[in-house]
Amino acid sequence: MIVVENIKKSFTEQSVLKGISAEFYPGQCNLVIGTSGAGKTVFLKCLVGLHKPDSGNILYSDRKFNALKAKEQKKLRQEMGMLFQGNALFDSMSVEENIRFPLDMFTSKTEDEKRSRVEECLQKVNLTGAGKKYPGEISGGMMKRVGIARAIVMEPKYLFCDEPNSGLDPKTALVIDELIRELTIENNITTVINTHDMNSVMGIGDKVTFLHKGLKHWEGSKGDILSSNNKELTDFIFASDFLKQLRNKANL
Amino acid sequence: MYARETFRQTHDIGIGSLPIIAIISTFLGAVTAVQFAKQFLDMTLPLPMSLIGYIVRDSLILELVPTIGSLMLAGKVGSNISSELGSMRVTEQIDALEIMGVNTKAYLIMPKILGALIIVPLLFASAIILGMVGGFLAGYFGDFFSWEEYKSGLQDSFTSYYMVIFLLKCYVFSFIVTSVSCYQGYYVKGGALEIGAASTRAVVNSSIMIIVTNFLIAFLFL
Repeated sequence: MIVVENIKKSFTEQSVLKGISAEFYPGQCNLVIGTSGAGKTVFLKCLVGLHKPDSGNILYSDRKFNALKAKEQKKLRQEMGMLFQGNALFDSMSVEENIRFPLDMFTSKTEDEKRSRVEECLQKVNLTGAGKKYPGEISGGMMKRVGIARAIVMEPKYLFCDEPNSGLDPKTALVIDELIRELTIENNITTVINTHDMNSVMGIGDKVTFLHKGLKHWEGSKGDILSSNNKELTDFIFASDFLKQLRNKANL
Repeated sequence: MYARETFRQTHDIGIGSLPIIAIISTFLGAVTAVQFAKQFLDMTLPLPMSLIGYIVRDSLILELVPTIGSLMLAGKVGSNISSELGSMRVTEQIDALEIMGVNTKAYLIMPKILGALIIVPLLFASAIILGMVGGFLAGYFGDFFSWEEYKSGLQDSFTSYYMVIFLLKCYVFSFIVTSVSCYQGYYVKGGALEIGAASTRAVVNSSIMIIVTNFLIAFLFL
């Protein structure tokens, strides 16, 4: 479980996060939504320690991330996996080497054990047989899957996904969403997903946190979204005229 | 993993730069031999041609190979390192490593610096030999001196302290090239344009630092 307590983050004069508190539970897809510039990416980067919050706390199963010593932070980071918006695959390494990298770096597993773990991850993301290819040789959807495989290879307790569907067609996006959801439930992972894809929200949003201008404006499940009266949230969800008309017709 | 990465960098910097360093040092030796031979011939006071071997040897050891070679490395290796790290930064590969718990400075920067410190002295030592060969070939086929004359010059008054200066320059210059380039690449912010700018800064800054440090070493230690 991840508990976020009133975190604030500013860059020079600009305040990006103005005091956000949230709780993210294991075995659930916790979605963070909001318009571009709402502070989602900064929020996620604060969670994983790429940005240090100016104030507030982030607790990973009661371990205060900011208060941990460098060694303990490093250990905690090995319990995290992250899928980046642009995948962040190591382009000089093959798919197999990308997935295997954390195992080489942090475990003392034998060659056979590593190989079988990589194979297992490739199977989980339906990429069996693509291990020898390089990131430049595979499609965007496959790259996302490699990113997921690399993120789960160390069997993380916490999985973070930044815009996992960006640049994907709706059908592939659904496949990726479903894959993340399956892995979350199967391994009881605390998954935090940044997205502004409403298909994802309605598909896998066990818990949805809506950020607006650096503040948490709304929180609930995917089922609660459509009936919410929060103006900023409804403006965000029903952004197009087409959706507004649909909403009026459905009397939501 | 760290050892493997250091080995890879050692190979990339050393073997990757060998052809260009070999060509440059051979021609540096050749041009030094020809220019001095011409000047000797033009002088009214006759000087023995065996001096050419002596001049070529010490010029290569003290100045030409470590300084010009390092400037070449700044252009080739420095820009490569800077753009590699810069590209890793903007595509979030460095962030990915950080999240995994990898000490990115130790994993990405240290092997490059160590690799250069290991291989550059060996690379430049081979360059000195090639430069001497180049000097001989140019002078011999230009009909300026014989092998015996050149050889006696090469063997004349060898000062082993010059090798200390040579090694000092190798270590200092290779450290400058790799650390400046790593710094420029690692802290890139932005996109493709900024990677290019960082790469240029890496070459320019390390070249200036090499030239200034070269003077300081000569001034303080010679």
